[in-house]
Amino acid sequence: MSISTEEIRKPENIVYRRPALLTDNVMHYCPGCSHGTVHKILAEVIEDMGIQDKTIGICPVGCSVFAYNYIDIDWQEAAHGRAPALATATKRLCPDKYVFTYQGDGDLASIGTAEIIHACGRGENIVVIFINNGIYGMTGGQMAPTTLIGMKTSTTPYGRDPKLNGFPLVIADMLAHLDGTAYITRQSVHTAPAVRKAKAAIRKAFEYSQKGIGLSFVEIVSTCNSGWKMTPVDANKWMVEHMFEKYPVGDIKDVLAAK
Amino acid sequence: MAEKILMKGNEAIAISAIRNGVDGYFGYPITPQSEVMETLMKEKPWESTGMVVLQAESETSSINMVYGGASCGKKVMTSSSSPGVSLMCEGISYMAGAELPCVVVDVMRGGPGLGTIQPSQSDYNQIVKGGGHGDYHNIVIAPASAQDMYDFIDWGFELAFKYRNPVVVLADGIIGQMMEKVELHPMKPRRTDEEILQAAPWATTGKAATRARNIITSLSLDADIQEKFNRKLKNKYDIIEQTEVKYSEYMAEDAEYIFVAFGCSSRICEAVVDELRGEGIKAGLLRPVTLYPFPSKEIARLAGQARSMMSVELNLGQMVDDVRLAVAGACPVYFYGRQGGNIFTPEEIVMEFKKANSLE
Amino acid sequence: MKEEIIIAGFGGQGVLSMGKILAYSAIMQDMEVTWMPSYGPEMRGGTANVCVILSDKKIGSPIVTKYDTVIALNQQSLDKFEKTVKPGGLLLYDPNGITRTPERTDIEIHKIDAIEVAARLGNSKVYNMAVLGAFLKLRPVVAMENVEKGLAKSIPARYGSLIPVNKAAIEEGMKAVE
Repeated sequence: MSISTEEIRKPENIVYRRPALLTDNVMHYCPGCSHGTVHKILAEVIEDMGIQDKTIGICPVGCSVFAYNYIDIDWQEAAHGRAPALATATKRLCPDKYVFTYQGDGDLASIGTAEIIHACGRGENIVVIFINNGIYGMTGGQMAPTTLIGMKTSTTPYGRDPKLNGFPLVIADMLAHLDGTAYITRQSVHTAPAVRKAKAAIRKAFEYSQKGIGLSFVEIVSTCNSGWKMTPVDANKWMVEHMFEKYPVGDIKDVLAAK
Repeated sequence: MAEKILMKGNEAIAISAIRNGVDGYFGYPITPQSEVMETLMKEKPWESTGMVVLQAESETSSINMVYGGASCGKKVMTSSSSPGVSLMCEGISYMAGAELPCVVVDVMRGGPGLGTIQPSQSDYNQIVKGGGHGDYHNIVIAPASAQDMYDFIDWGFELAFKYRNPVVVLADGIIGQMMEKVELHPMKPRRTDEEILQAAPWATTGKAATRARNIITSLSLDADIQEKFNRKLKNKYDIIEQTEVKYSEYMAEDAEYIFVAFGCSSRICEAVVDELRGEGIKAGLLRPVTLYPFPSKEIARLAGQARSMMSVELNLGQMVDDVRLAVAGACPVYFYGRQGGNIFTPEEIVMEFKKANSLE
Repeated sequence: MKEEIIIAGFGGQGVLSMGKILAYSAIMQDMEVTWMPSYGPEMRGGTANVCVILSDKKIGSPIVTKYDTVIALNQQSLDKFEKTVKPGGLLLYDPNGITRTPERTDIEIHKIDAIEVAARLGNSKVYNMAVLGAFLKLRPVVAMENVEKGLAKSIPARYGSLIPVNKAAIEEGMKAVE
């Protein structure tokens, strides 16, 4: 028995679809990049929670500078590193809104360290999504604060040397020490189970942000196959073998679970 | 009768913000304007009007908090002094680029660098000519009294929202630290959510089903789009220049010698004019109240009747360039200034004026 | 009417608050006022001074170099400001610790032993009010009822109980001026 295309497309037959909140704009991200997957699960969480009209996103400077082109919510585009400052004021002035920043490792862990640390210190009731791929993607693959020792980038062409370049910052663990943080987790999106866990973590972070218990921080250990100069498949493998050693996935702090 | 209070210019800013329905203040301590945040914290407006007051970790952060709050259509402001305002210039450029309304108060002190904590007017070029990167203007208003400090907050927000543009209240350590009588006007409530939707339909208030998403950004990447935007800004600035110039004159009508001075310097020059008039010399004063837009037409008009003009500033000669551009060679333009936090006396200006004009 | 006054002394003598109470009193009389604390190197070494201008009309320059009244509460202030009194103007000083007395002959010179007044009232903090009383006796620029209102406006509500002793100091200062 053959089934027609129309038959297959009936609503009751749909088992998977693009999230309603992802726009029709073609993403500029490289094939294999983690950003697209994180955007998708972020859009799904906002849709699932029914908070499109209550969510305000803050984009960084970096590859995800154009995040506002892809998710159909109100957005503010911040100067490099300053997203947590924008989010602080937005949340304090509009406490009923869900306010999140979406930042890369150059933005959050280098130029924006003061802003993220003090937003955590003040216990701002915001969500921070931190994409850690160990490299500056948008400007062409330079060293990030999170670049691993020995890793080659365009500004560490012989590999990151701690004598010359210092050591990687393990940001999530640092922030977990601050009393103002409520939930700190490190996730990845390289397999289907990992994507599901990452989505659950983002949802928890959004829910926590309305409880008045402090800042929720979701780090996504990510790939940059263009910057790393690998195929997407090799990049995923390299991430598991090298990045996870320095940046192991799992919850680091959850003030509600501890009670 | 409105209540009259003795207060410092800095205190007047804080009280005015509370009484004029400001939604948020984000600041970082720096002399000589720390009383602004101290007064706000003492008054606890979050318990009365619901105003948010927050001490940020840096001026960089406080101006970006202002960016976030302004993006939500709220009336938000910050204040600082010269070195702090230098740090804020990045954020101000972004706000000019994203067409965000806000009020920034600069209580100027001596510079460059860490400089001194005494009064100065040496941020004129920085604030009036830009400060941050890119083709933009701040609307710049210059108070000369504690009452001005009180009144210019509300006026500043009116201009900021009318043009979706940052407004800088360019004050100095004298106006900030001096106490004067301030008349309090009736309270204005903060805007309701509905009023914000009306006043700022562009703001990130949460994407309703009835409208497209609102995006606050200064990013174009495309040269043609950027150029089109720059020209749109130019049109806005043209309208501002045509409609918002404000100045005051003191005995200028029949004056043969015109002083041009803003802020505290204009007050000191009033005494200079009185002294010279007493000696039979027809002196007068033009005080630009708006520094951008600059009262160029009015200065050109006075240049037609004047033997000379003198720009008097607490710096090495900054506004004098704009005076010379306006005068366009119609009469000699002299400059007298003090720097580093030193303040000129009326006697000293009279002497320099006579020297410049060979009147001795 | 315009009165340009400088009050100068040590930090802790209540110079700034005396200026503030005088300025507030004038506002109660619907006058214009400016109150400008000193800037610059003269602030170093523990001295404090404040320039107060009271006027019926709008005040132009808050910066003046000659004063109708100089109130000098230590030797440094007397040395520095004696020459700035306008001819015919008033110099009021506290004689305690003064080794070089004023020399000018073209001005009105008075002494106020405000330490003695404050000691008599058992509150060293009202020293500055005794000085204010002496000044107001010599230059009644503000009516006493407005001074009382100015005091009430200047003293925080939680110190309201201190208003009577301050008022008493003003009155005693008026009597004690020589």
